[in-house]
Formats: sequence, C-alpha cells, structure tokens
Amino acid sequence: MSELKYTPKDYKSDQYVRWCPGCGDHSLLNSLHKAMAELQLLPHQTAVISGIGCSSRLPYYMNTYGFHTIHGRGAAVATGVKVANPQLSVWQISGDGDGLAIGGNHFIHALRRNVDLNIILLNNRIYGLTKGQYSPTSPRGIVTKSSPYGTVEDPFRPAELVFGARGHFFARCVDVDGAASVEVLTAAARHQGASVVEVLQNCVIFNDGSQSIVATKADRAKHAIYLRQGQPMIFGESNELGLMQEGFGLKVVKIGENGITEKDLLVHDAHTEDYTLHLKLAMMEGDFPIALGVIRDVAAPTYETGVHDQIAQVKAKKPARTLEELLMAGDKWEIK
Amino acid sequence: MIDEITVKEKKRVVVRFSGDSGDGMQLAGTIFSNLSAVLGNDIATFPDYPAEIRAPQGTISGVSGYQVHIGSDKVFTSGDKCDVLVAMNPAALKTNAKFLTPQSIIIIDTDTFTSKDLEKALFTTNDPFSELGLTNQVIDAPITTMCKDSLKDSGLDNKTIVRCKNMFALGMVCWLFNRPLDYAMHMLNDKFAKKPTIAEANIKILTDGYNYGHNTHLSVPTYRVESKGNKEKGFYTDVNGNLATAYGLVAAAEKAGLQLYLGSYPITPATDILHYLSKFKELGVITVQCEDEIAGCCSAIGAAFAGCLAATTTSGPGLCLKSEAINLAVISELPLVVVDVQRSGPSTGMPTKSEQTDLLQALYGRNGESPLPVVAAMSPADCFDAAYMAAKIALEHMTPVILLTDGYVANGASAWKIPSLDTYPPIQPPYVTPEIQAGWKPYQRDEETLVRRWAIPGTEGFQHRIGGLEKDFATGSISTDSSNHQKMTEIRANKIARIADSIPPLEVKGDKEDAELLIVGWGGTYGHLYSALEVMQQSGKKVALAHFQYLNPLPKNTEEVLRKYPKVVVAEQNTGQFASVLHDKVPELHLYQFNRIKGQPFNVMRLVESFTKIMEEK
Repeated sequence: MSELKYTPKDYKSDQYVRWCPGCGDHSLLNSLHKAMAELQLLPHQTAVISGIGCSSRLPYYMNTYGFHTIHGRGAAVATGVKVANPQLSVWQISGDGDGLAIGGNHFIHALRRNVDLNIILLNNRIYGLTKGQYSPTSPRGIVTKSSPYGTVEDPFRPAELVFGARGHFFARCVDVDGAASVEVLTAAARHQGASVVEVLQNCVIFNDGSQSIVATKADRAKHAIYLRQGQPMIFGESNELGLMQEGFGLKVVKIGENGITEKDLLVHDAHTEDYTLHLKLAMMEGDFPIALGVIRDVAAPTYETGVHDQIAQVKAKKPARTLEELLMAGDKWEIK
Repeated sequence: MIDEITVKEKKRVVVRFSGDSGDGMQLAGTIFSNLSAVLGNDIATFPDYPAEIRAPQGTISGVSGYQVHIGSDKVFTSGDKCDVLVAMNPAALKTNAKFLTPQSIIIIDTDTFTSKDLEKALFTTNDPFSELGLTNQVIDAPITTMCKDSLKDSGLDNKTIVRCKNMFALGMVCWLFNRPLDYAMHMLNDKFAKKPTIAEANIKILTDGYNYGHNTHLSVPTYRVESKGNKEKGFYTDVNGNLATAYGLVAAAEKAGLQLYLGSYPITPATDILHYLSKFKELGVITVQCEDEIAGCCSAIGAAFAGCLAATTTSGPGLCLKSEAINLAVISELPLVVVDVQRSGPSTGMPTKSEQTDLLQALYGRNGESPLPVVAAMSPADCFDAAYMAAKIALEHMTPVILLTDGYVANGASAWKIPSLDTYPPIQPPYVTPEIQAGWKPYQRDEETLVRRWAIPGTEGFQHRIGGLEKDFATGSISTDSSNHQKMTEIRANKIARIADSIPPLEVKGDKEDAELLIVGWGGTYGHLYSALEVMQQSGKKVALAHFQYLNPLPKNTEEVLRKYPKVVVAEQNTGQFASVLHDKVPELHLYQFNRIKGQPFNVMRLVESFTKIMEEK
C-alpha cells in the first residue's frame, strides 16, 4: 500500500467556519475532509460547488477549488464544470431548499443525465439562512414562521425523487455519525455517475430535534438499520431484529421467533438494477427502521464520458481540425 | 410575335418567394441567392416565416416568405419592395401584395387559384387581383398539373411529386433572370445526396419550369444582373447571422486555444446556433442542451470556471431567465459570452419577428450595480466578427459579455468570404503563472485594466474559492465591509469602462466633414441605414452615418462624433432605448428619433423620407 500523502487537514481552508454551534454542517464538513483524505483526492483536481443556503457555505471551508454559486443552480454549474473537465472530482453541496425547491429541476436532470457529481444533500427539513420557513421536506402540518397554522402540503422524500429521476446511487447518513458518513461519502465518490448522499441533519435553531430518533448511537440502534452489501438486514439494540419480504412489502421480524433465522432475512444488494426494493428500503419510517448506508449503487454510462467519446468518434471520422479547414471542406465558391 | 427576346440590365433585383410554410420557398430562395452569388452578385436574403410550424394549408396565417436581394454591386438589405413575387397560392398573394410596386411581376400557380383556395384566403370574388387593386403583369402556369404530368412515370407518390412545385417556380425565376441551372442542379444533388430519385425529380421539374418560361412567355422581357467583378478574390460561402455567430465563437476558441462550451436551451430565433455548434464536434465543440435557460447559462459559467470559452445562446425571454446567473459571472468575474438574438416582446411577443428591444435589458436588466460589455452585430456576416470580439473581450477582461443580434440578422443571409484567422487579433486570457503563486489572491488585479487572473481548476497551487458574495478587495474572502463594497462596486464599473481603451473608435461614413444630418444606429439595422444614406447622398444631400457595434462601453470618440453635426437622428427598432443611453452619456444634446416596432426590417424609402423631413425642419 502506498504511503498516505494527504491528511484531512490538507482539505481545510484557512477560513473561519461560521455555522451555528451544534449545526450538523460542522460534523459533515469533518467527514468530508476525512473522506477526501481516504480517497487521496488531489486538492487542485477537486472542485466543490454549491448553491445558496447554510450548507452551501461549505466550499469556503475547503482547500480545493470551490464555487459558491446562486440559489438552486449548483447542479447546473457543477454539470458545466464536470463536462468541461472530466478529470476533476466534482462535489455539489446542497440542502433541501436549494436542491429540492428552487433547484429541483437541475437536481433531477443532473441525475437523469448521470453526470459524475457527488451530490451531498444536507436535509434539515427547514430553511435556515432565511430564518425558519418550512422546506419541501418538512412534514405535513409543521408550524414555522411561514406556516403559523401548520403546512397543508406533503413533503418530498428525496429517495423517491432520485429513483424517479433514474438516479443510480443513493446513500443516507446522519450528520453526527462520522464513521458511517465517511463510508458513504467515499462510496459516493467511487461511484461513477451522479451519486446522492442524503445527510439527515439537525438544525439546532429552527428545527431542533427533527432527526432525534437517529441522533445518538443508541437511537440509531433502535430506529435505524445500516445496510451493507451482501449482508443480511439485521438491526436492533442487540441485533435481534431483521427485515423480510412479505408479499409486495417488507416486514420487521424478530430473529429466533416463529423459527426465523438469519437465513430468512433479506440480503442487501445495492447493485441490482431494479430499484423497487431500494425504494422500499429508502422509504421506511414509522414502525420500520430508517435505512442508512449505500442503498443503491448501480453502474451506468456517465454523461461527460458520452459527450467526450462522441467528440472523439467524430474526430476519428472527419479530418477538419480548424475552422478554416471545416469551411473549405463545405459548400463554397471562388471569386477569381 | 416578337422576333428577339428583350433582356433588360438591372443593377439590383428583389425576388420574393412565398407560399405555404410547407411549400419549400426557403429552399427555392436559398438556391436562387446562392447561384447568384456564385455568378459574382452580392446577395442579402431574409426569411419571413410564421410562428406556426404548419398552419392550415392555404390560409393567411400559414404563409411563409423568403426574400432575395441580388445586386451587381454591394447590397446591404434584403430590399423594401420586390421586383418579382412568386405566390404559390392566393393567401401568399394577399399577404405579400404590400411588397409589390406597379412594375413588379407576379408568378402564380393557376392550379392553386381555384375558388376553394380563394375562399381559404378570404377573397370574396373570383378575381383576387382586382380585389387587391393589382394591375401587375402576371406570369401564370398550371404548376401543380405540370409537375404531376412530368413525374407521372417517376414512381414517386403524389405527395412527393407535388412537393417539387417550388423547383418549377425556381426554374421560372431562373429563366426570368437568365440564370444557368448548373449550380442549382449541383445544390440539389448535394441536398438530396442520399435520395438520388428525389434529386432527379427536383432537377427535372427545375428544368421544366425554366423551359416553360422560355417557351411560352417569349414576349416577356427578361433580366440580367451582371456582376461588377469588384468583389475581393477568395473563397466564399453563404452564412446567415446565426451560422456566422457559431463560426465566430469557434474561431475565438481556436485562436485562444480553448475548448468551446455551449450551454443552451432551444428558443426561437436563437436555436440554430445550438444546431450548428452541435455539429462541429470534429473541432472539439461541446454543446449541452440543458433543462432550461437558467441551466444553459449556469452550466456555461461552470465551464468557464473550469477553463473553457463558455457561451450561452438565447432570445429575449431567455435573457430574463439568465439574468441572475449573468450577475454571478459579473461578480465572480468569469469570462462568458451571452448571445441574445432579439425578437419581438414583451413576454412571448412575436417569436419569429425581429426587434431591437433588449438593449436596456442587456445593459441594466440585473439586480445591483452590474456593468458588463454589450456588443451588437451589424449584419449576418458581421455576426462572425461580433461574436469573435465578444469572446475576446470576455476572455481578456474576465467578464460576461452580451452579444446582441436580432431575428433579422440571425435569419438573413449574405455571401461571406471565408476568413483566414491570421488576420484576426490574438486572444490572450490573463492566466495565472507559476511565478505569481506566492501570495496570490483570486481578486488581485492588473493595475491598468483592473482584470483579475484566471486560475483554472487542475492548476496546482492555485486552489481558491469564488462566489456570488461580495469579496474583500485585498484577500478575495467574503466581505460585508461597507467601504470595501463601495470600492469593489467602483472597480467593477471601472474595469468595464476601461475596455473602451481596447475597442475601435466609432467610424463615420458618408459626408464625414460637412454632413447636415448624422444618422445614428446600432446593430442589425446597419444595412437599411447605410442604404438610406446612399439614396440621400445620390440626391445631393449631405448626410453621414455613425453605426455602433460597441454599446458598452461606448467608443471613446462618441461624444466628439455626436457633437460634430448640426442634427443627429437616432434610428432604432424600439421606442428610443439607445437614444436614452446617449442622452445619459452625452448630456444636453438634442437627438431626433426614428422608431419603428413593427417586427419587420426598416424600409429604406421610409427612412429616407423621415430623414429628409428632419433635414428640412428649421
């Protein structure tokens, strides 16, 4: 194994981090620095692009190339960066408002095209920078400054959008769950094509406790399941519970009860093309555990490769390399 | 019986082909203009087509036209009125009657002038000519019947046969102008290279049309438009403004040694630039058809950040959508070319009709103090130079540039000498270099031009963060300091103002020294204004023309030129946008105005009348 060259601090910029104390963005930023070190990304070959919102300040805290753009348009700018230079490792930092409200169109089309972007969606289910309005992922009925009597609309569930837009990579982590976050971030980077990491994030000021059922290790043991490729779906405080398929749905079972053994449980396969089960896992809530880890990771042709391959193919067929050559090969006449 | 065929010499001739939008009038017109250009004539063409793709056949809303102006010497416009009108149906005759003079010749297909056709075109009698008050000479032919007859053994189906009608009409026009058919045949063989039977059928009908004219209308005098032979030697091709814009961007990328990136979204009348550029893959051009106008602009900004010559193309409504993103390029100081092919507005307006109504939007249509250079193209061929210069300014001054063309120059075509890029000025972006790495900050500026350096991702040691927030003058970090904001606002304004040092001075044409009236125009109206100048000078009037290509910053001698002449008229296709800019920049100067917002090109004779009136005014 080659010697590690970059450490997490090599990805940190000298800027003072201005998020609120206790904000989930801090831990995600640390996880990102660690993930980049694990990937040994070259800082000068890395570009971090964001839109507008609390989380979109993140590029300023990176010692890579960075671009803090305009509200909702991070995916479109990042698409231009990646297509212009496919060698770059391109990360897009977004939130539930930036990515799913004003930027929803760019989000779904970046996924549909399958541009090789690592999209981190920090989902705190609230608008923070504008001081506390409901977001497209806020639950129905939430009381906020712009919904004093509660909202009368249903939220997006990001995984549904990702799969509906033909996304090939979807993972989920909890902001404060460092090791698991680093794991999914590195997996997202290694996936070639658009990858979405939904970070369940707490906003201590405007939506505190929104992720409380998965906030601590103990909470996650009770209310979450870590999905791992090829492993049976087991969870619970002492790994006593599991997931089985029942008809068209899933059910939670207790291992050892009714003769159920580990062998009866579903085994995770993030690489399967059909996303039906991925969707079911990603949508679990209520009596079911919240799914964490890499839920879907399927190989597919990337957009920027297609663009550059096509240029190479046409170049192989057509000789013109300059505008003058192109014009002289076309329809023309001579005045002598 | 007349013994010999009369051939009249003409200096300039305007032919207008009109019919249903599916009648192939554009192809007939293009072939006629190109074969004239090959013979050494100068050409200018303009299509006039409806917004509907295929409106109901034979109706007035479905009429599409293509006007060709050919001249033995230079022609600058597609012409006011036509000498020959090809009307493939009564609706076409009705719609285009306004382009006729009493001397114009009308060519019609008698098969499409039945009572049913007349009804569709809302004629109330069986004599459309009297109804329109026309006493013109008409050359008629049962074109549809003759096509069917001629191709009955060709094995082609009826629909395909009838589609060849346009070539019959073209054949008649070629006879009328004594044009040999060989180049037309060459073009048809080229166009239908993959369908030789169709090429053959079209060529047969073209010849039939020519022979029909020759055999049955011997008494009609025909015309000849000679070539003066004073055109610059070299290879020529025909370009419309959109194609020339595409070439100009490609040329700039080539000269700068950069890959061209276009992020775009289809919109009339700008879409063809996307079509053209997406073909030039052998030159390494990247085109991304985005999900919307905003993404078109934003992805181009991303590509600019990543080191491409980046462009986005649109028309008025799309420019509205891009304005927030353009501002991002303004504050982050990235090179970007925004092409706005202006069309009639507001809102969706008249998408296929042309106007100059986006000038103030281009100059001021963004939040905050947001200065950027604005360049306008004067003619279809000038779109090449204008796009090249817009890209040069963007890359060398690290700024978005708006290039204004319009539907008229975008779709109008003329012959264009294939240029050698050696004759174009170099394009040298201000890249960072290893020797400046120590202590380098992203918004460090050149003292003279105030331009910052371009550090492209992938360059080691120059990692930096930029964005839409105000930044500190010295460090480039985010800053909300009030005096810093004042300073940065002024610097961004001065940076653009100083571009005036590198653009050419305003040129005056006509009676430079002693003109009594200075005509001022900008952008796509050049041809009409110059033609008006010529007409007025021929009648002994002292007039001059100053036509602006650079609208921000203005050429340095602007004030000097405007104050030199006793009277100044600003002619534009809006209600006075450029006049208001000039009022602002050259205070207390009386400006006459000529404004037309009809969605149609200027009419040279109207211009002459109005300008003459201004001159006579005491």
